[in-house]
Amino acid sequence: MSNADSGKLKEIAFNIRKEVLKSLHQAQSGHLGGSLGLADIFTVLYFHFLNHKPKNPSWPERDRLILSIGHVVPVQYASLALAGYFPKEELYTLRKLGSRLQGHPGKSHGLPGIELSSGSLGQGLSIAVGMAIAAKADKKAHRIVSIHGDGELQEGSIWEAAMSASHYKLDNIIAIVDRNHKQIDGDTKSVMQIEPLTDKWKAFGWNVLMCDGNSIEDIIITLQNADKCKDKPSVVIAETKMSKGIKEIEDNHQWHGKVPGDDEIEKFIHALTK
Amino acid sequence: MKKFEYTEKKDTRSGFGDGLYELGKKNPDVVALCADLTGSLKMNAFANEFPERFIQSGIAEANMMGAAAGMTIGGKIPFAGTFAGFATGRVYDQIRQSIAYSNKNVKICASHAGITLGEDGATHQIMEDIGLMKMLPNMTVINPCDYNQTKAATKAIADYMGPVYLRFGRPAIPVFTPADQKFEIGKAVQLTEGSDLTIFATGHLVWESILACQVLEKKGISVELINIHTIKPLDKNAVLQSVAKTKAVVTAEEHMMNGGLGDSIAQLLALENPTPVEMVAVDDTFGESGTPAQLMEKYGVDSKSVVAAAERVLKRK
Repeated sequence: MSNADSGKLKEIAFNIRKEVLKSLHQAQSGHLGGSLGLADIFTVLYFHFLNHKPKNPSWPERDRLILSIGHVVPVQYASLALAGYFPKEELYTLRKLGSRLQGHPGKSHGLPGIELSSGSLGQGLSIAVGMAIAAKADKKAHRIVSIHGDGELQEGSIWEAAMSASHYKLDNIIAIVDRNHKQIDGDTKSVMQIEPLTDKWKAFGWNVLMCDGNSIEDIIITLQNADKCKDKPSVVIAETKMSKGIKEIEDNHQWHGKVPGDDEIEKFIHALTK
Repeated sequence: MKKFEYTEKKDTRSGFGDGLYELGKKNPDVVALCADLTGSLKMNAFANEFPERFIQSGIAEANMMGAAAGMTIGGKIPFAGTFAGFATGRVYDQIRQSIAYSNKNVKICASHAGITLGEDGATHQIMEDIGLMKMLPNMTVINPCDYNQTKAATKAIADYMGPVYLRFGRPAIPVFTPADQKFEIGKAVQLTEGSDLTIFATGHLVWESILACQVLEKKGISVELINIHTIKPLDKNAVLQSVAKTKAVVTAEEHMMNGGLGDSIAQLLALENPTPVEMVAVDDTFGESGTPAQLMEKYGVDSKSVVAAAERVLKRK
């Protein structure tokens, strides 16, 4: 990809982060850290990798994106709005009574671009498996991308799904693990060790790829490589920094479920670099 | 009283399996998932005839429910089958979020429900499943009474868009409803007409209630028996109309008193037309090993219990 294209995507990632900050600031509740950490991945997905039509969200040939970690949905809402699924102003209704932007995504609230409800962890990979089996049965070429947290991998149901995805050779699935090494109670290694992660996925029959989840270029190359793999599902272990983009709070697990206050919002937006 | 005859006994799970097989022939969107209980659920015919539409999920029910929800996106109609305990309690959160809240067109097919599962004992005898499922918004809850009705229900729910919990059982019981019946979700079926009391029964307790009606008739008691195969949405009109006439109610089911059919009817009557109600149901206890008949007697969910409840409620009228 050219430097110009890469620059354009970085500009979008900047805008997504800005909208995440603004929408969470007005809501005064929600999950900032993971949402910011995933902004580069969401930028690549919605503005480069996925085949989708914002004006026709139920287009049958669309690639499916399943957000298994519903708490970071502000980054998906911001991406959807900037991609044109709904007006940007609606972002500022996040978590308000009557809003289509529920605190965790709620399918029945009718927001375009949301495939199903999530928030309770460990379910999204099973959904992806069902979608992938259905796509193969119908000989459809669309891809299914699911987004997971690293802490979420502590849920046993993830491994049920992982086992079935390789059993059914679901090479139309790319699972992305947001490896920020953090969860609510602290570092994943102290809460519940999930390493050796690569070996675990390999043992379950997956094609495993690593990437810098905060590098637009690296994410693109890694997803392209995942796409080439046949007969196996692929998992991308994306190393990210929680709260990426704001140096002052980067990598601090206390920002998992915190939002900027009135005294912080301007400072944080200024701190964002393109 | 109208006579009810039967020529054979069959299990309701076979009604499900045969209904599913017919659906498979008719509707290419119907897919089936099973968690290592294909034979027990009588899903072999479907699995053998339509292997490309049968997904063996292994002993991994949580993943099966999620995958079923995923398959609906794009138009598949998944029938996900396992034992009732594993189809509800084990995967409640998956059903709640990925199926009910997401309003996905998944048919949860639950076999071996209730105490008539028998010898396997309490771990497998779930009697809380109707309650768990009826509490969920968007969920329809169906508990047919015999082989023919289970088969008809299985076919009918494929034409209904939305999550359904279909409950059936293990033992062979009399087949007494018509083979050609049209199954209407949410529509109660009146079996006998009467004036002294109404029995609302569901599932295996419908046949037990027919036996009870025969005993009560000999005692000069006129019973209106109504089969509530759909517990949610409840056919409120049918309940209220009958109760307006008889003014006394017995409910009968193979389920806990908490959360079952009796509790739905009592709630409706408390709000609309307070009426004496007696409930034939399991009273806040787990089961144990035994034959279905032994357990139905011991836990008070057989025809004798229905007769006793009828006599009790008439004294309260």
